[in-house]
Amino acid sequence: MEHTILKGRAFKFGDDISTDLIIAGKYASLRSNLPELAKHVMEDANPEFASKVQPGDFIVGGSNFGLGSSREHAPLVIKMAGVSAVLAKSFARIFFRNAINQGLPVLICDTDKIGEGDMLEVSLDEGVIHNVTKNEKYSFTRIPPAMLSILNEGGLIPYINKYGDFKW
Amino acid sequence: MGKTLSEKILSAKSGTDAKAGDIVISPVDLVFVQDTTGPLTVLQFKAGKKQTLANPSRSAVFIDHAAPSPNRALSNDHLFLRQFAADTGCLLFDAGSGVCHQLVAEKLANPGDVIVGADSHTVTAGALGAFATGMGSSDIAVAWSLGKTWLRLPETFKINVTGNFRKGVGAKDLILHLIGLIGADGATYKALEFSGDAIDKMPMNQRLTVANMAVEAGAKVGLFPSDKITRAYLKSQGRADKFKPLQPDSDAVYERVIDIDAFKLEPTVSKPHTVDNTAAVKGLKDIKINQAFIGTCTNGRLEDMAEAASILKGKKVHEGVRLLVCPASRKIMLEANRAGYTNTIIEAGGLILPPGCAACLGLHQGILGDGEVCISTANRNFKGRMGNPEGFIYLASTATAAASAITGRITDPREVL
Repeated sequence: MEHTILKGRAFKFGDDISTDLIIAGKYASLRSNLPELAKHVMEDANPEFASKVQPGDFIVGGSNFGLGSSREHAPLVIKMAGVSAVLAKSFARIFFRNAINQGLPVLICDTDKIGEGDMLEVSLDEGVIHNVTKNEKYSFTRIPPAMLSILNEGGLIPYINKYGDFKW
Repeated sequence: MGKTLSEKILSAKSGTDAKAGDIVISPVDLVFVQDTTGPLTVLQFKAGKKQTLANPSRSAVFIDHAAPSPNRALSNDHLFLRQFAADTGCLLFDAGSGVCHQLVAEKLANPGDVIVGADSHTVTAGALGAFATGMGSSDIAVAWSLGKTWLRLPETFKINVTGNFRKGVGAKDLILHLIGLIGADGATYKALEFSGDAIDKMPMNQRLTVANMAVEAGAKVGLFPSDKITRAYLKSQGRADKFKPLQPDSDAVYERVIDIDAFKLEPTVSKPHTVDNTAAVKGLKDIKINQAFIGTCTNGRLEDMAEAASILKGKKVHEGVRLLVCPASRKIMLEANRAGYTNTIIEAGGLILPPGCAACLGLHQGILGDGEVCISTANRNFKGRMGNPEGFIYLASTATAAASAITGRITDPREVL
């Protein structure tokens, strides 16, 4: 994950995007069929998202992104859709931790300047978001070191498999 | 410098002098999943190198969210979880036992424990003075395997509640009011710690209601002291030996103190589609309802059954309204049956659902039709929550929901008391 430049377009969402909007509870019966479940990602927030998202694209939210349920399926289906990172003004606690545990970067920044469809390039190690469309640069809050070490291994299970314990 | 409840519990557990902001590695006293988060947790567990539970007797699987199963896929998930329980020797609470958080309170949570569950409402056990918090499947799989987890020790908001609640107003109105006051992200990453004379005398069923919804303000944990109410509750559940007193230090440091006068609180609802979109019931009288739902880990306890029955006794559910009532555990259902509460509710036109999560999360047993309005005692009213993004959910107390079921519109319970 280090020294990686993430590139893609921005899909904008508002404040308070709940885990029910990311992947509705009514699809619990698909949770053991992840490829099928992932087809419903963000469905109740933007029904066209799943068909339009391309590998590398970004989800750009407002404040309190991912509030609600502890379902780790929420960051998982976002990652399965090919999204390279979620950018938001703030994240709900459990979603933030789950995303890191799934190896999905979650970046806290001021998202107001980013428009729908803007082309973004994100340097994780430099902490910079380059808005190519608008030729602007934004900084994001660095991920805490303990969590960054998990993200760098691709998630918590690979991290524990490698180190056998929490090593920090 | 004194310690908050979170600092006391996590210092003791981690064997360090831990303060807000520190990251600690803590042993865990209880680690659990439910049937919608369990299958992914088991897959993550099986993806790990270590294939045994650190502590099988303190690891649990609850089948409650879709219990009994409404379809083949979920039935197969249940089979998968039962097999995991059989293979590992962990505790299994199968369909009909009740909602995980209620069973944790009745049977498993102790003051001073660290509890992690793959369900955001794991915070409910904070009512017993346990540091209880929800996590995702990867964290729970690792806690199962290693018997420990990492936690960032949260800063604390002290919620100081004084005075007496007025008739028809209670714990649910208090927590909805608080969430409306600070917002759905007002306490993100924080601990809520409840104190004051209204908290000292608040019965355990109401403490569980308040702690349950701490996460709806973004909080990591919602903690109550362990006191004579806790002692009496543990005794009533046959676990008197598990009591230990727990209070914050008088010189503990709080990031914020919020004072609430219980006497000033009104019957409160959360309007669609966020929990912090609160309003007084009296301003919503024109809103007609199609369904009233009383139950869940928020308000499915025996006292809720008693309150619903007392409001419905001798009355009829309004024509065109479905009243769904779901006791949160088998024990509650049995006691509600013995006390005659369920008969009273059925005679009024209500229907009783088997102990479990029922209509709360839109899997079965009360999915809304397009444009339908539900008044619910649950903890979430997100768009799509009850299975249909075209449905509208108002969160309220048991008294407000029962009163509304009689009139067919959102109703201040004091109109029917």
